[in-house]
Order: sequence, then structure tokens, then C-alpha cells
Amino acid sequence: MINKQVKSVTDAVADVFDGAVVMIGGFGEAGSPIELIHALIDQGASNLTVVSNNTGSGEVGLAALLKAERVSKIICSFPRTANSTVFPDLYRSGKTELELVPQGTLAERIRAGGAGIPGFYTPAAVGTPLAEGKESREFDGQEYLLERGLKADFALIKGRIADTFGNVIYNKTARNFGPPMAMAAKVAIVQVDEVVEPGQIDPENIVTPGIFVSRVVGVPSPVFESELVAAGVSYP
Amino acid sequence: MSDQTTVIGRTRQEMAKRLAQDIPSGSYVNLGIGIPELVTKFVPDGRTLIYHTENGLLGMGPSPEPGEGDPELINAGKRHVTAIPGAAYFHHADSFAMIRGGHIDLCVLGAMQVSKDGDLANWSTGAPDAIPAVGGAMDLVAGVKSVFVITQHCTKHGDPKLVDTCTFPLTGQKVIDRIYTDLAVIDVTSEGFRVVELSPGVDFEYVQQRTGAPLLPILA
Repeated sequence: MINKQVKSVTDAVADVFDGAVVMIGGFGEAGSPIELIHALIDQGASNLTVVSNNTGSGEVGLAALLKAERVSKIICSFPRTANSTVFPDLYRSGKTELELVPQGTLAERIRAGGAGIPGFYTPAAVGTPLAEGKESREFDGQEYLLERGLKADFALIKGRIADTFGNVIYNKTARNFGPPMAMAAKVAIVQVDEVVEPGQIDPENIVTPGIFVSRVVGVPSPVFESELVAAGVSYP
Repeated sequence: MSDQTTVIGRTRQEMAKRLAQDIPSGSYVNLGIGIPELVTKFVPDGRTLIYHTENGLLGMGPSPEPGEGDPELINAGKRHVTAIPGAAYFHHADSFAMIRGGHIDLCVLGAMQVSKDGDLANWSTGAPDAIPAVGGAMDLVAGVKSVFVITQHCTKHGDPKLVDTCTFPLTGQKVIDRIYTDLAVIDVTSEGFRVVELSPGVDFEYVQQRTGAPLLPILA
């Protein structure tokens, strides 16, 4: 019997290794898997390459992982936040390398990686500094850039409900990067408010089919980045 | 906002109101952060627009009442929003397929500079110590059918934002169709900037003096 449920966030991230590529879902705090990220900080893996749209806020969640100097490189579309100096300090000191990617190109690179597509052409960033060093090609009179698919060793994702087969549904705009990241990671780990038995989610409503998910873990009342920041929390 | 910008030409609200007149009913529209967001307030009665936000929502509604926001229902500016009846959620790769695939009718963005060829610079000053951050702007200008800019005609220091050639790093090449400023509505054409309409009380020479490239007159 397939059962992808693990007991705790600690168990869920136990095998993340030094130097791993880790995709982390979320757009701002929506969909940010705070509990899984904190478990990863406790677990201690370092020299990580993180793929995530932002760099977190305050000193919790993704910003805390960065502050703990576990991340040697981040692949990201928008690493600037109003209320955090964690990433700017690391970037200026050269401790964390940045690969800046337009947001849609980032999403498609992740989707392509998960779909077995090693590269694709996109019109985004043609003629801009982000085109430097990239192969370009003309199709039907328009110029496009070659972008590579992205894969990961692990993905940390937040959903709303999963069943023990790993089928996942999300909550509103917290879905964002979750589905493509689940596809692109060898081991996709999803924290959800509620874990249910197979059959309890209508198959018509499943967003991420269980084949893309390795582990689900119940986090019944997840915290939000903004609440922790407002409370002045610094993790650990 | 300084007093000067309200003395001559349109206020930000009036700029947004003017732009809103030009959006056909039924359009799928993506609005950037800042002045573009004001456009929603001025859509003429009887027109229905569907707002897209690239973090995964079609059918974005107005801000919720204070205290009623949901941290998992936000817009691209990471502010709390609502979803209208008939709204749809989707993931980021689908969201940018809507953008890149030409399914979004109109995008309205702010600008640091627009060139006479329609090049846009709006993401970086190129300062060496700045943290570069681009978000979805490059995908939007490359993929959306029509791209409008709404901006003050000049910077706070009085420098033209409409220029011959952008000096800031580009967001996209030949991507802007029309510009709405406090002083005028200006189309980007194959011949350069063409004035479509002057703001009330503003004359052509006044706008030309504040523009970094030649302006073509309003077509009779």
C-alpha cells in the first residue's frame, strides 16, 4: 500500500544533503513552506543551491535559511524585499551568488525540467542585460533566447490538503510555484494543513497528481511569515 | 506628490482615468504596481474587465476590508486582494503561458525611461551596489498584446523619461505601444513619438521641451 505520509517535518527533510539543489515554493509569504524550511535549518544541510521566486522577509523562513549561510547560490526573479536586509548583505559580501531570472522564464524552466525538456526558446529578456551570454535564434522574424530546464534534488512545497498517495490541492494564490516544482524535483516534499485518505479528494479537483510527490507531512496550523515578522521572531 | 505636478497637466488619478477610457470591455488586463493600479477605479460604467495577476489569479477583485485579508490571496505586489465570482486560480507556469502566449490583451506598467522606438527601462538603474530584481516585467512586455505605460512625463529632477535612447538597462526592446503622462497621451510609432492628445491647458511646445526626442504633432 502506498503511503507517502511522513510523521514530522524533521523526518521529511532528514536526507537533504550538502550541495543539494532545493526548490522552495511560495510567492512572498503565500505558499512559503515555513515549517519545512525551519526543519531544514535545524537539519543543517549547507552549500545549497536554492530556487525560489523571492528571498524571504525578516529573519524567518527562507530569509532565516539564507541568514544561517546555508545557501551558496539562489536562482530567483525578485530578491528584493522591503523589510529584510538578509539577502542584500549576503549578496554584497559575495557569500551568496545570485542568478537573476525573469519570473515567467523561471516558472517555465522549472516546468520544462519536470517535463523532460532540457531547453526552450522564449521572447522574454531579448535585448536586455539578462540576455548576455545566451544563445538566441530567430523564429518567424522574432528573436528568442534559449533557456535551460531546471531540475532539483528536493522541493519544499506548501499545499492545503494531500492524500496519502501524494495528490495535492492548494489554497488560492499560494499555489504559485508548487505544481511545477513538484514535477521538477527528484524528491518533492509537501506540507499540508490536512492529510486525508485516498478517495477523499475528488479526482477532478486534484492539482498535483501524486506521481510528482514523494512525501506529504501534516502541519495543521501553519504560521505565516508576516505574523512572525510582526512578532519580531528571528529563527532559530 | 509635489505641487508642481498638480499645477500643470493631469494628476495621477486623472492620468489613470484617461487611460481607463481606452480599455475595451471584455479585456483581460494585467496592471503593474503603483499608478497602474489606480486604473481599476475609473473603468467606465457598463464595461467589464478581467484582471490578471501573474502570481496565479484571473478575476482579481478590489482590496478586502481592513483586517479581512487572506495572506494566501495576494496580488503581484504582495498586497491582499479578493477574487470576483468567476475567478480562477492557476500555477505560475500557466500564468506566464497566458502572458507569453499572447492571451492577455493589455498590460499597464510604470516606467523609468521609454525610447522613441518603444524600448522600456523600468527594473534597474544599473547602480553597481543595487540588488537586481526583475520579477515578471520582462515576460509581460515580451508577451502581452498591447503594453501601455503610465508615468509622470519627467523624473523628480525634471529629466525627460521619454528619450531618444534608454540609458538604464532595458526591460524589453520595441515593446511599448502608448504612453499616458501628466502632460499628454503619446503613441510609439515607426516614425517615433506621436502626440495623440495634450492634457487640458498644456501646449505642444511645453511637452516637446520636456521630451528627450522629437514629437510628431497630433494627426488632423
